[in-house]
Amino acid sequence: MSRTLTAMADSTPGGYGSEPGPRPAPGPYISAVTNRTTNLVIRGAMLFSVGVFLALVLNLLQVQRNVTLFPPDVISSIFSSAWWVPPCCGTASALIGLLYPCIDSRLGEPHRFKREWSSVMRCVAVFVGINHASAKVDFANNVQLSLTLAALSVGLWWSFDRSRSGFSLGVVIALLATLATQLLVYNGVFQYTSPDFLYIRSWLPCIFFAGVITMGNIGRQLALYEHKVALEKTHQD
Amino acid sequence: MTLRERLRQKISAAFYHHGLLCASYPVPIILFTSASILTCCYPLLRLPLPGTGPVEFTTAVRGYASPSHNPLGDPVERPDWYRGPPVAYIQQVLVKAAVSPWGSNLLPVDAFRPPLGQVFTLLEEIRNHVHSDSSGVQSLEHLCLQVTDLLPGLRRMQTVLPEHGCLLVSPGNYWQNQQELFDSDPDLLKTVQKHEPKGLHTSATLRDLLFGVPGKHTGVSHYSKKRVVTYTITIALSTYDAGFLGSLRARLKQLHPSANCSLGEEHMVHVHFKEEIGIAELIPLVTTYIILFAYIYFSTRKIDMVKSKWGLALAAVVTVLSSLLMSVGLCTLFGLTPTLNGGEIFPYLVVVIGLENVLVLTKSVVSTPVDLEVKLRIAQGLSNESWSIMKNMATELCIILIGYFTLVPAIQEFCLFAVVGLVSDFFLQMFFFTTVLSIDIRRMELADLNRRLPAEAGLPPPKPGPLRPREAPPPPRPSPHTITLQTPAFRNLRLPKRLRVVYFLARTRLAQRIIMVGTVIWIGILVYTDPAGLRTYLAAQVSEQSHLGDPGGGGGQPPHLGGMAPVFPGGDPAKALSVLPAREATPLPENQSQRHLAPGRVQEQPRGPPAATQVPWGAEDEEGWRRLSFRHWPSLFSYYNITLAKRYISILPVIPVTLHLGPQEAPETPRHPQDARLPPDPIPKFSSPDLQAADLTLYKVAALGLAAGVLLVLLLFCLYRVLCPRNYGQNGVSHGRRRRGDLPCDDYGYSPPVSEISPLLLRGHSMDIECLASDGMLLASCCLAGQIRVWDAQTGDYYSPQRGASWDGAGGACDPESLGCEGRDPCVGGDSASEDEGGGFPFRRHAPPLRPPLFTDQPDLTPLIDTNFDSRLPPSSVHAAPPRGAAFDYGGLVERAYTEHEPPSRSPVEAPDRGFACGPPPAAEWEGSVWAMELRGNLIAAGRSSGKLQLWDAVEGSLRCSNEEGASGITALAFLNNRIVAARLDGSLDFFTVELNKPPGLLQYRGAPGRGSMPPSPCYSSDDLISCQLTRSVLCAHQKPITVLRAAAGRVVTGSQDHTVRVYRLDDSCCLFTLQGHSGAITAIYIDETMVLASGGQDGAICLWDVLTGSRVSHVYGHRGDVTSLVCTNTCVISSGLDDLICIWDRSTGIKLYSIQQEVGCGDSLGVISDSLLVTGGQGCVSFWDLNFGDLLQTVYLGQTSDGQGVRQLLVLDNAAIVCDFGSELSLVYVPSVLEKLD
Repeated sequence: MSRTLTAMADSTPGGYGSEPGPRPAPGPYISAVTNRTTNLVIRGAMLFSVGVFLALVLNLLQVQRNVTLFPPDVISSIFSSAWWVPPCCGTASALIGLLYPCIDSRLGEPHRFKREWSSVMRCVAVFVGINHASAKVDFANNVQLSLTLAALSVGLWWSFDRSRSGFSLGVVIALLATLATQLLVYNGVFQYTSPDFLYIRSWLPCIFFAGVITMGNIGRQLALYEHKVALEKTHQD
Repeated sequence: MTLRERLRQKISAAFYHHGLLCASYPVPIILFTSASILTCCYPLLRLPLPGTGPVEFTTAVRGYASPSHNPLGDPVERPDWYRGPPVAYIQQVLVKAAVSPWGSNLLPVDAFRPPLGQVFTLLEEIRNHVHSDSSGVQSLEHLCLQVTDLLPGLRRMQTVLPEHGCLLVSPGNYWQNQQELFDSDPDLLKTVQKHEPKGLHTSATLRDLLFGVPGKHTGVSHYSKKRVVTYTITIALSTYDAGFLGSLRARLKQLHPSANCSLGEEHMVHVHFKEEIGIAELIPLVTTYIILFAYIYFSTRKIDMVKSKWGLALAAVVTVLSSLLMSVGLCTLFGLTPTLNGGEIFPYLVVVIGLENVLVLTKSVVSTPVDLEVKLRIAQGLSNESWSIMKNMATELCIILIGYFTLVPAIQEFCLFAVVGLVSDFFLQMFFFTTVLSIDIRRMELADLNRRLPAEAGLPPPKPGPLRPREAPPPPRPSPHTITLQTPAFRNLRLPKRLRVVYFLARTRLAQRIIMVGTVIWIGILVYTDPAGLRTYLAAQVSEQSHLGDPGGGGGQPPHLGGMAPVFPGGDPAKALSVLPAREATPLPENQSQRHLAPGRVQEQPRGPPAATQVPWGAEDEEGWRRLSFRHWPSLFSYYNITLAKRYISILPVIPVTLHLGPQEAPETPRHPQDARLPPDPIPKFSSPDLQAADLTLYKVAALGLAAGVLLVLLLFCLYRVLCPRNYGQNGVSHGRRRRGDLPCDDYGYSPPVSEISPLLLRGHSMDIECLASDGMLLASCCLAGQIRVWDAQTGDYYSPQRGASWDGAGGACDPESLGCEGRDPCVGGDSASEDEGGGFPFRRHAPPLRPPLFTDQPDLTPLIDTNFDSRLPPSSVHAAPPRGAAFDYGGLVERAYTEHEPPSRSPVEAPDRGFACGPPPAAEWEGSVWAMELRGNLIAAGRSSGKLQLWDAVEGSLRCSNEEGASGITALAFLNNRIVAARLDGSLDFFTVELNKPPGLLQYRGAPGRGSMPPSPCYSSDDLISCQLTRSVLCAHQKPITVLRAAAGRVVTGSQDHTVRVYRLDDSCCLFTLQGHSGAITAIYIDETMVLASGGQDGAICLWDVLTGSRVSHVYGHRGDVTSLVCTNTCVISSGLDDLICIWDRSTGIKLYSIQQEVGCGDSLGVISDSLLVTGGQGCVSFWDLNFGDLLQTVYLGQTSDGQGVRQLLVLDNAAIVCDFGSELSLVYVPSVLEKLD
């Protein structure tokens, strides 16, 4: 189960933004930030670390589901997944987080809905909550589970995103990620430990979707932030 | 659509009225809300406290049946976990065995080897016990809890713990339940000890598990004094069969009767274990909480433009938290017990409810027009946002309702909580938060109002009390010689807010105290409610007391026994009292009745008492498992991967078994040959070394812990020293002029970095200094007495006060009345004529080669220097009113010195010779005091109260030119390039031009000094002939006296008492603008080369103007009372006022950044050294501030004994030196560290 979950998490990068981006320190720092490539690298690195962190934590949440009272080694269960899972999550989250603002600017419709860090935090919290619920709550059957999760994910989108591009991108990425996981399973890279095969499959896309929305939210916020810095700089000039 | 509009209007109106209500009656509404919060939270008291300790429930054995899953009947009696069968029934057989009487031929090993050996027969008995009744034959094999493998991690325990069979543990497990192994074991204790874990363990050890009693109660040791061995045989049963257990009990009792045992058999105890939180569960939990705090942080950061940001943020958080509590309370009230883990869902609930509404409300209210009444502001703000608030609320409710229909119980419960929470949150927002907001806004307005009130409008705000402005109370005057930089309020003002909060917390230790109190209360409650804790103890005490009071029971009891008796429930007092096994209290006297004798020391009683009394049974044996660690049972079961979390076990009453082994039996049990080699009992009455050994380990551990702690502290201290080399909290090197105790920030343990700044004192003036002027190279000062002195601004140390090039330029010198009344001492004025100065300055200013001829030419002036004080003082003091004034001028003196080459004799002789300005001394003719002074090049322009403008040579001290064209007193002067602008008392403005005429040749310097208003004759050391001509006079520049005059960037700006500011062009003295905007006389103006113009008036207002267009850029009310001085930097405007406040404003937005409270009377002494460094004067000191943050950088004390003289004027020179007046002295302070910082 844990492996499946972490495998799933590799494209459910959540954003945990307790580090609210680079602080606007005056001086050479701003120029570094406003430099486009540096900016990209910084954002990518932050998103990557956020993704890795969330992958580890959410993995732990899933491991807990059948943890016993005295697991033989608690700490090691954090890293119980394969080594390549957290980096994959990180990379995926960085990609998504950079993709969202990019697509916004390409489409020419900048995202204006609730652009503030508190809203992003709320989004992340809800995402973790969805994961928590899927891990902790006992559902009667898989249909119920997947329906609930789907409703929650769409609710997440409605509450924090509300952009058509965000929705479509989320759906596409979620489907692709589910497909990729399935392919990996068929190729035997890893396998589901849980006997009810349908169980995993029923909620993977929802979690993926929620993760994509969350990550996109963080990415947009970061981009907005650096956009602001750049604006200020031009203003000063 | 129309419906929607109508709805919207209605909602808006409702909110408007509600806002009015809230703002009108804040106190009753807050009281009402608090009351309702408390009422709703009341049901929470019934919820159990969070804690992981097990919970107990006791039922009677008789008629016991395993509880069904669906509780029926009264739910109050049974806890809700008491459903379904327990994990296991625990049956303990408590064995107490003693060898008695103790024979002298026995070895110490005999105290426990034979009793332990008995366990195997007992085990045999239990295993083979069969109970047959009508339902069939029951044996232990059928009933017991069958266990399978141990957990894989416990291989080393495989030999001792049972596998694949009944869970039945006893000390026999050490020897695989085989008598032969036991018999052949050379060292029993070693075997037991072998399995003990190393190190300190808090949970159950194997020894505890197998013996079933805590280690020190087993009596298995060489040095046990009691020689009673206690252990249990623990049987875990999966099903409860009353018949089997009864027969087993009867059988064992029959075999091994316990005569004095009266253990209760009526009650069985069910123990419920909570879920233990492991790290794996903790990490996601912590993560969610971190996200929650980040959310709260980012939300509350947006609160702005209110009086107390922190207060509102706190109110917002309180709103959300109490709404959650209310929701839980309400749900419990209506019978819905929370089954979810509260700690887990709490962050999500907060996130769902959110702080958004609160923020939206604040923002909306704050953005209403400021000049409205508070009530109306609140009402408007509320109604503006009413629609969006309602819409959001409806949306959230819809989402949650959808969640409710997922029909998953957990989600349903969550949604229920969330709905109730949302509603109560709305309620609280509307009542609690709105009211708090209105109070806050009102406070802010009052503060604004106070700030805006002019000084004469009176101080008391409409509502006194807590709303008093912070800067209100003037600090009490300190006694001289102590410099206290005033009252916490004063201190608060100049610290940034965050620091103030931190300091407040640090000062009051608020957080620690709250945490401490909370912890103490929690621990207290836990201790009180703990089943083995205080409550039972108290109950026992009470029952004990009642026994003592019982005349039949414990009448003859020694009182100390009653007091020290352990906890036991009521029962036969006689029996209860016979139970003190471990007690080695005072041995009872022999004549005490045998009944009461505590048989503590079995071996001391030779033979008399029957064996039955030798093995004590007591109340503490009845529930002996209580003395075990509360993790005893969870750990035992966890070895077999059975979790007790959220489940319970039932502990049946113990079966007591007493074994008496006669001394003759004891040796019969085969001793191992090695037993004999053990050392004999080492003096039993000493202390038991076993206990001592246990104590020793304890001590060792404690000592190690202590050592580790000390080491850690030392390490941290070193680290701290390495990382923070500055000695913040230390007194450091005691410093001459610095007194740490007086430093402004000292009670926070912070003293600003020490660097040596030593002020130079320039002495010479006899009275307080009135005017200061400098051009960077020279420094001119003028005191009340009318003396003008010139100092070298570059090398302050170059002039000793006695040798300073000072001269008396007072025209009033010739006036006998003025002389007398001003108390001027002519000798002070004429004290020195240092040619270093006289020559040195021009030398530095002009060409170096000039110097030798100058010096060679000059006569020796040194006699002038040293003689004057001694010789002159007596005459000067004597001659109070000589006919022609005692004063003389330096120029004349020097000339005389040159002519006579000897120190001139003073006053009477020189009187006719001196005094260019005055003729005979009619009082009407005196020149008046110096009202304004300017210094450019080496010319000093002095404006007098008589209306005379004089130009002096700063170096030589000679009057170069004088102009008496105006009659009205010169109130202000500006000297720019070759122009002098003089503002007069009658409101006229005169423009003068200074012309330098190259004289044809160097004239004889002995030329007679000019008299009267004529320009002086050509001077010896100056090439130029200076004339000062009135080029233009603007007669009615202002209607009223001109108070301020500033010139820069080719503009002359005047401010007058007629409330206007005028801007003139310097070149053609043409009036460009008349700036109107003040409602009081103009008192301060600032203009610099970048055409920044700021003006401040008596109304306390500060205006910023655009000099190019004459438009007003911004207008703020900064002070109560006059604005006394103004300085602008690139980013901010610094103003000071009569209220002794220095305010720092953001230049572009006009927002006040912070303010600094000044000493009384030092209000207008301030200067800006660089963009980030502000200097202010204080009582005998100057302080340096970081302009960006308002931090005090340093305070420099001017005098050795700062006698409380305030620094009233302060001038910043170009070279980052500052000059300030210090009573009658001048102080020149260099700021080397500042220079470094600027670089």
